[in-house]
Amino acid sequence: MNWQNIEEGAVIKHDITKSPKTGDWRYMKPEIKKAECIGCGQCMPYCPEAVIDFDSEKKADIDFDFCKGCGVCATVCPKNAITMGKN
Amino acid sequence: MNKQLTKKLAPGHATCAGCGIPAIVRTVLGATDDPVVVVNATGCLEVTSTLYPYSAWKVPWIHNAFENAAATAAGVDGAVKALRKKSKIPADKKIKIVVFGGDGGTYDIGLQSFSGALERGHDFLYVCYDNGAYMNTGGQRSGATPYGADTETTPAGKNSFGKKEKRKDLMSIVIAHHLKYAAQANVAYLTDLKMKAKKALEMEGPRFLLVLQPCTNLWKYPTSEYVRIGKLATETNFWPLYEFENGKYKINWATENPKPLEEFLKTQGRFKHLFKPGNEKVIEEMQKAVDEEWRRLVNLAEI
Repeated sequence: MNWQNIEEGAVIKHDITKSPKTGDWRYMKPEIKKAECIGCGQCMPYCPEAVIDFDSEKKADIDFDFCKGCGVCATVCPKNAITMGKN
Repeated sequence: MNKQLTKKLAPGHATCAGCGIPAIVRTVLGATDDPVVVVNATGCLEVTSTLYPYSAWKVPWIHNAFENAAATAAGVDGAVKALRKKSKIPADKKIKIVVFGGDGGTYDIGLQSFSGALERGHDFLYVCYDNGAYMNTGGQRSGATPYGADTETTPAGKNSFGKKEKRKDLMSIVIAHHLKYAAQANVAYLTDLKMKAKKALEMEGPRFLLVLQPCTNLWKYPTSEYVRIGKLATETNFWPLYEFENGKYKINWATENPKPLEEFLKTQGRFKHLFKPGNEKVIEEMQKAVDEEWRRLVNLAEI
């Protein structure tokens, strides 16, 4: 038997429906004060879960299914437009 | 979730709240539009991104043991070359091979296979996210742990001030392999990291990025602070940002008045013991080592 005959091993394909909802971990919750958000997008690449995107008005918007509530977005926001409160 | 940022690594991974590793991965992989093959050494990133039956990876991803990530990348490189010869991969289709390894898998356990792959000149980018200890297993000291740090295997107490050995100079070890490009970066400076990743990904042959990754859990600081602490590491010259390209050194960030090292140390629980009476000398020594290292780097960059 040569290597071409070896059976393919375990291949797991990405399927978001199988993902754990890491939003369940959250005990602090970020809140975006939309009036103060200038839509600079600085919070987005630093968010470990990449759950911040622009809403229809070009303001930051958080997907709470996966947000773990770490608070990094609140510390990097240049306008202090994100506040952390109890979940 | 953010559509642009989650093209290659989705959420649903289980990194600790406030971990910077996913930002490093997204920034590096976001710097190219070519297809990528990711090789991942055992470590925080590997265990958290693939919780059976879920995988957060949307790109081909291979899991390895600690010691052979670079050897696997060399194998992927060989396979790509063989398939090109047989015309199964079109000649104009570029494929990027990217390895992610932690400091344990790079500085220590994976060093020999990494050195081998560098020396053989395989076409791959190796990214080491350096959180300065074996964080995935509870924070045992590694070759990357800084002098004076309190870890599980170098506990600070009555008879010890923490780790007694200096951090290994991995950049110099890698540069000694005569590669084209190696750079030190920091997760707190994502624009700089993206620029370096882009430059590295466009080159051929072995390339290396060493990225500082503050660990909220075992550097012991609040989950919201990784960017602030990462910035302090560079602002105190503890972690200079620099590149080595075609034989020349270039410093990417410098200030005339670097902050005292204490400002970086006091943000973290792993250095808390250094502020107790009797340990002043340890901080002094650390500051001296940082200054010396900075001078060495400045001299290299001027040549």
